[in-house]
Amino acid sequence: MFGRLAASRFGGLAVLAAIVLVLPLALVNNYYYEVAILVGLNAIVCVGLNLLIGYAGQISLGHAGFFGLGAYGSAILTARYGWPPFAAMAAATLGVALLAWIVGRPILRLRGHYLAMATLGMGIIISIVIVTEDRLTGGPDGMAVPPLTLFGLALAGERLWYWIVGAGLLVAVWLALNLVDSPHGRALRALHGSEIGAEVTGIDSARHKVRVFVISAIYAALAGSLTAHYAGFITPGKVTFFHSIELVTMVVFGGMASTFGAVVGAAVLTMLPQALTLFKEYEMVVFGAVMMLTMIFMPKGLVPTLASRFAAGRP
Amino acid sequence: MSAQFLQFLLAGLTIGAIYALVALGFSIIYNASHVINFAQGEFVMIGGMATVSLTAIGWPLPFAIAAAVLVAALVGLALEKFAVEPARGASVVTLIIITIGASILLRGVASIVWDKNIHALKAFSGEAPIQIGGATIVPQSLWVMGIALVVVLLLTWFFSRTLIGKALLATSHNRLAAQLVGINVRHVLLASFGLSAALGAVAGILIAPITFTSWDVGVMLGLKGFAAAILGGLGSGPGAIVGGLVLGLIEAMGAGYVSSAYKDVIAFVLILVVLVFLPSGLLGSRSTDRV
Repeated sequence: MFGRLAASRFGGLAVLAAIVLVLPLALVNNYYYEVAILVGLNAIVCVGLNLLIGYAGQISLGHAGFFGLGAYGSAILTARYGWPPFAAMAAATLGVALLAWIVGRPILRLRGHYLAMATLGMGIIISIVIVTEDRLTGGPDGMAVPPLTLFGLALAGERLWYWIVGAGLLVAVWLALNLVDSPHGRALRALHGSEIGAEVTGIDSARHKVRVFVISAIYAALAGSLTAHYAGFITPGKVTFFHSIELVTMVVFGGMASTFGAVVGAAVLTMLPQALTLFKEYEMVVFGAVMMLTMIFMPKGLVPTLASRFAAGRP
Repeated sequence: MSAQFLQFLLAGLTIGAIYALVALGFSIIYNASHVINFAQGEFVMIGGMATVSLTAIGWPLPFAIAAAVLVAALVGLALEKFAVEPARGASVVTLIIITIGASILLRGVASIVWDKNIHALKAFSGEAPIQIGGATIVPQSLWVMGIALVVVLLLTWFFSRTLIGKALLATSHNRLAAQLVGINVRHVLLASFGLSAALGAVAGILIAPITFTSWDVGVMLGLKGFAAAILGGLGSGPGAIVGGLVLGLIEAMGAGYVSSAYKDVIAFVLILVVLVFLPSGLLGSRSTDRV
């Protein structure tokens, strides 16, 4: 029953909504709320990134850059120029979308590892600029970010933010599911299979690739902006190459071309380091080993592998 | 040629030679297996750190270096045997994540086996600077460039004159055909990881007296090596060397004439520009698609 429900397009969304609704029963204190919010924010980025990597088959090792620009754009416009937070969020996201469009047009012509290098380079450039322009960004120390305000009321507190992020995640997943089943989504899967094959059937692959790149950048920028306002503080640690890698790992770990896989990947890999703090110095060793073993034994990622086992197990 | 320019040139060639060695490691593994090994930087770290710790307990430098290269090569073989080989047939992105997992694991192990401090290795032949045409250079720079040159010559000999070298080349050109003429492709893959790891370790040992070494030094050096390999054209030996040297020179000139904070930005912007006009690097093969 569960499997069939999850298999239909919006059945999975209903399951996810149920989880978001019921989860607070298990969140016994603020720390658990914090982790859940972090999971939600990462999941939003991963759902967008999965559209690019999982469906269109284009890798990006620079999405932490978009995340960071969303966060710092919001932070700078509100803290330094006194913009209202929602206007800042919209402006930062728009700016990132524009940047992704300008950068995406030339670099998405690259393939495979060359595209990986180009996106990686873009991410590193953004990260260095943020660290170096310390008059605006506070440099390596980071900067404080004013809270989100709605009608003059500051939105603060873990419990409120849980619902904001939960709702945001559901909207993000809903939009992604719709996009995957739209003509645009079918075009992406076609060009994933073969770019020339897709073009022969009349798909403008360059345009579709740039469009999904921009969409995934918007997901990252919005999540970045939300993160900045939620945490009230932002440091360049979230803009590093390593964070880009973490995001891609979440997508691949959960299962490529599976929107719920991206959510599960974000959840597992966000919670794992929290659980591993018990092991102190062995944290990295265990984390690396878990990553390797999962990918060796489940090369398609958690959700697709488990789903096919589940399906095979039924009579 | 002004003394200042010469100074930057020498600095760029020194670090460029290191990038070239790391890039060669990327290219050799890529050729044999089509895997980009993101743990390549960790071999650089293992080389430097193992040499530091062995000399610290009183080993003579040459023995410490030999042992460190051996340790790195063994780690490379283990990586292929226990992580890449079992995942045969997985997608490229999956393999990338496996090697990233391996790099995190190796960094974690290094921080336990050694520590999280920064270590300096003593220069091979003293610290007294040498004057060349108005520029000053530390003797270690000459060691870096000299040994990098020797390594490149040895590799050329290896790939053109030895059976295993030729088997590696054959596998990179056509894996199935190589198998059909009796080449054990599994052994070739193992050899490529061992060789790349040894190259990385040599680079890590050579640079340790100049830039110091620590448990996380592999992240940035690995990244630069990857950038150099891509800039030159992935899988091309001469490309890796040219890419490494060009990257080193851009960095040194950028740091010297423009801004040291933005030297990496300058390097990456130029790489992006090169890729836009030459989508498969400076010396990479122009590929055509089959549908």
